[in-house]
Amino acid sequence: MEKELLLACRDVSLGYEGKPIWEHLDFEVRAGDYLCVVGENGSGKSTLLKSLLGLLKPLSGHIELFMPRSAVGYLPQQTRAQKDFPATVYEVVLSGFLNARKLRFYYSGAEKSAALMNMGKLGILELKNKCYRELSGGQQQRVLLSRALCAARKLLILDEPVTGLDPAAAQDLYKTLQYLNETEHMAIIMVTHDMPSALQYGSSILHAGNHHWFYGSVADFLASESGKRFGGDRT
Amino acid sequence: MKLLMEMFTYPFILRAFIVGILVSLCAALLGVSLVLKRYSMIGDGLSHVSFGALAIALACGWAPLQFSIPLVIVAAFFLLRIAENSRINADAAIAVTSASALAIGILVTSRTTGMTTDVDSYMFGSILAMNGDDVILSVVLSIAVLLLFILFYHKIFAITFDENFSRATGMKVGVYNSLLSVLTALTIVLGMRMMGAMLISSLIIFPALSAMRLRKSFRGVVIFAGVLSVICFCVGLAGSYLLSTPVGATVVVVNLAVFLLFSLLSRLRLFRK
Repeated sequence: MEKELLLACRDVSLGYEGKPIWEHLDFEVRAGDYLCVVGENGSGKSTLLKSLLGLLKPLSGHIELFMPRSAVGYLPQQTRAQKDFPATVYEVVLSGFLNARKLRFYYSGAEKSAALMNMGKLGILELKNKCYRELSGGQQQRVLLSRALCAARKLLILDEPVTGLDPAAAQDLYKTLQYLNETEHMAIIMVTHDMPSALQYGSSILHAGNHHWFYGSVADFLASESGKRFGGDRT
Repeated sequence: MKLLMEMFTYPFILRAFIVGILVSLCAALLGVSLVLKRYSMIGDGLSHVSFGALAIALACGWAPLQFSIPLVIVAAFFLLRIAENSRINADAAIAVTSASALAIGILVTSRTTGMTTDVDSYMFGSILAMNGDDVILSVVLSIAVLLLFILFYHKIFAITFDENFSRATGMKVGVYNSLLSVLTALTIVLGMRMMGAMLISSLIIFPALSAMRLRKSFRGVVIFAGVLSVICFCVGLAGSYLLSTPVGATVVVVNLAVFLLFSLLSRLRLFRK
């Protein structure tokens, strides 16, 4: 039986002001997939991300999302303003339940316990009442990941999650994502610069080059033209 | 003490207290969000636009609040748009807008009424500025600001903390940003005649900054800033009565003193909760 289809790009062209950066893009994400989007700066990774999140309309083609938009968990890059933001970890995580659906004054009991559970999964429960700005980079990233989990049912979209983390914290985060992917069956789309880890943890690769792209499993990618350059240091 | 009690027998001081407490509460609540979003200067820009609008209204004999409120709301939208479109330098644009509005206001007054006490009170605030109708309008609008803030508290937290995330989860970030700027515009127009165009923006910035020294949850900062702002205003108004100093400047100095005190306390790591 084939796994449930979560998201599909069908012959999609993306770009700004009529100038395409991606052309005829075709790929799909199914339940339990771990797709890493890699490529140099300026190759259109963030353009793709915006489109997947529904913030940018494709020039042509269709991006189909087989779930409500609010059921996608998103981990954005940290902004400068957040670094000294006065908010407790709990406040930040709970805000993951907010979306366009309705106006509300309070969070329900179910949401509160789900938030606590997500914090427990990521090992930040004891930080609940800590101030966000006093945490380390790795801890902050876990807080934001817990927030994303509050929204996510089946799919997580991550934007450069390890940028700015020290190597140990980055490895911790990868292990956590692996756990979410394998044990919780959360599909993951991760935009990343970290090619070795993408090859190590990902199940498939979307590589952005200049006006050509590659999509396939990690093994196929290593065998491909663009992948051979990266395969050398992995034996 | 007797002097303080006597103060409340004057109806204009009572009016000033009512409006001032409501406006400083609104300003502090909105201020937390504005300061954290790096929009502190928008308050300053808006107050100058508001000064220009009041000067024009005065010259033409129109009702000051009814004329300036829509104009300042338009300016708020405009400034926010600039802040969002990073193509233009936001701080430069705000500086230019506020200087231009101020210049237009001064030009208009010098060609018509001249620098009367009215104009002076717009610049630096006056305790006498409020008449009965203004008080009613101010009370109604401030209560609207407070209600909207409470109603949208969680959403305001979300967009303040992380606009990108909110947008990606389908929240209409633009709508809430506009709401925030309309509320800010209203607060500034209401408060500036007592506090003065030059000083009203401090009412937005100081309480938030002071509260952030000592509190670490968003809710804590918001509540603390509100309480602090009201206390500072009351102390400032009473002080201005006792010392016969202008009310706006006195309130700002009280806010400054509190801010310095709290900075010191947070350095000493006292009170940190």
